Amino acid sequence: MTLLDVRALSKEFGGLRALDGVSFTSGEGEILGIIGPNGAGKTTLFNLISGIYPPSAGEMSFQGKSILRLKPHQVSRLGIGRTFQIVRPFQNLDVETNVLVAYGHRFYPSLWKSAGPVRQPQFLKEVQMLIQRAGLQSYTKHTAKILPLGFKKRLEIARALALRPRLLLLDEPSAGLRFEESAQLMELIRQVRDQGIGILLIEHNMQVVMDLCKRIVVLDHGAKIAEGSPEEIRSNSLVIQAYLGKET
Amino acid sequence: MISGYFITIFITIVIYAMLAHSLNIITGHAGQISLGHAAFFGIGAYTSAMLYSEAGFPFWISVPMAAAVAGIVGALLGIPCLRVRDDFLAITTMGINFVVEAIFLYIPFFGGAMGIGGINLPKWFGREMTKPEYFVLILVVFLLLLLLDRRMGRSWIGLAWASIREDEEAAGAMGVDVVRFKVLAFILGSAIAGLAGGFYAHFLTFIMPQNFGFGQSIVILSMVVFGGIGSRWGPIVGAVILGILPEVSRPIMEYRILIYGILLLGMMRFQPGGLLGPESILSKLFRRSVFRPGARGESQ
Repeated sequence: MTLLDVRALSKEFGGLRALDGVSFTSGEGEILGIIGPNGAGKTTLFNLISGIYPPSAGEMSFQGKSILRLKPHQVSRLGIGRTFQIVRPFQNLDVETNVLVAYGHRFYPSLWKSAGPVRQPQFLKEVQMLIQRAGLQSYTKHTAKILPLGFKKRLEIARALALRPRLLLLDEPSAGLRFEESAQLMELIRQVRDQGIGILLIEHNMQVVMDLCKRIVVLDHGAKIAEGSPEEIRSNSLVIQAYLGKET
Repeated sequence: MISGYFITIFITIVIYAMLAHSLNIITGHAGQISLGHAAFFGIGAYTSAMLYSEAGFPFWISVPMAAAVAGIVGALLGIPCLRVRDDFLAITTMGINFVVEAIFLYIPFFGGAMGIGGINLPKWFGREMTKPEYFVLILVVFLLLLLLDRRMGRSWIGLAWASIREDEEAAGAMGVDVVRFKVLAFILGSAIAGLAGGFYAHFLTFIMPQNFGFGQSIVILSMVVFGGIGSRWGPIVGAVILGILPEVSRPIMEYRILIYGILLLGMMRFQPGGLLGPESILSKLFRRSVFRPGARGESQ
C-alpha cells in the first residue's frame, strides 16, 4: 500500500532550485533508497516532507492526506519519524528521557494531558522496550552527549520509533560509522522494516543501499534522474554520469 | 521579636526569589533568554497599584489581576519573540523592557516620573496586615508556586520545555509543538513576575518607573545565573545571596551593579552552570558517593 506520495515537488532558496519537480511513492514495509551526489537535494527533500520548510510547488500526501502545509510537530504526530544527517539527540538529557520526549507526542496536543506526570510505570516500560530494541539497554541513564556516534544514531532511531511511525526518514545512518557499527545499524533497520514500517533511506554507502533497498530513487541537481532496482541503477548511464562525470 | 528592618529585607528577598523563579521558567526551563523581565514585574506592579489606588479594588483582587494582566501581555509580547532566537531574542526582550518603562514614564495616566502612591498593605480581619504577616503571606504563595513548578517539571510540559531548550528543530520532529510550549513558558513566567510586582507595590506603597528598568532585569538575571540556571533551587539561592549582599554591607549598595557584574563574569569563567548547576563544585560534592569514575568522557 502507498504510504507517501510525492508529486512534482520543488523548493527554491532565493534563486537556487534545490529541488526540481521530484515525484515518487513509497510503500509500507519498503525501504526506498534515495541517493545522489552531494548537493543533489536529498536532505532538502527530507526537510520538506517533515515540514521544516514549505515547498515552493508540488504536492505531498501521506496515507491519502495532504501534508503540504503541516508543521514539523503535526507531521511527526501523523506518524512520520526522522533522524538527522548530523545527529541531533537532546545532548544533555539521558537516553530514556530522549525517547520519552517523542513518546509524549500523544499528550502534547492537550494541555490537560501534558500536565500529567511523565514517569509512570507503563510509559517507562514501553520506552524501555524501544531502548532495548535499539540495543541501548545498558545506557538508559547515560547522558546522550557521552555516547559514541553509533549509539547516538541508534538513539535517534529509538526516539523516532517512539512516535509509533508508519514511515521513517533516515538521513545517512551509516555515515561516520565503523564497519561493524554500520552492520549493526543495518540489522536494526531491517528489523524495523519487517514490522511493516516504510523507510526512506538517504545513504552514500552504495554497498548498504544495494543490500537494503529493492527500489532506489536517484537525485542530481534537485531533479530525479532515475528510479529502479539496484541492478537497473547500477547500469544506468545517467547515474554513472552524475557520479563520475561525462566521458570526453 | 524580629525587627522591622529584617522583615523588610526578608520580604524583599522573597519577592526577588519569586522574580528569579519566574525568569527561570522562561530562561532556565524553556531555554529562552530574556533581558527584559523587569517589564512584567512593572506591569504587575502598575496594574495592582492602579486598580487599588485609582479604581478602589481591594488587594485580594488587584494582586491576582496583576498576575493575569502580566500573563496576557507576556503572551502578546511572547508571540513576536517566537520569530527570533538567542542573541536576537535577548535584544528584543531588552527593547520590550525599555518600551514598557518609557510608557510608565511618559504617559501621564501612569503617573509619569512621580509614580503612583497611596498603595497599602492588605486588610484582613478588619485591620491592616502587619509586615510579618505579609511576609508569611507571600512566603506561602511562593512555596505554592514552587510546588507547582515541581509538578510541571515532572510533567510532559517540563519535558517539552527541556527538549526545546536542547534543540528546537529536533523537538518539533518529535511531536513537540514548539510555539505553543514557548508561549506557555512566557505566560507563566510573566504572570508570576506580575504577581511579584503586585506584592512589591503593596509593600513599598509607592512605585516609580525606575524600579522596573533594564538594570532591574539584569539584577534578576544575575540571581538566576549565579544560583544555577534551570535548577529549581539555584535561582532562589541566587536571590537570597545577591539580595542579602548589599544589606550586609551598605557601601556595597552603591557598587551593587558593578559587584554583580564581576560575580557574573567569575561565575561564567569558573562555574558556568551556577552555584547549584549540574556541573558545579557544590553539586559534585553532593553526588560524590554516586559518582563513578570513567562513566564520563567526551566523544564526538
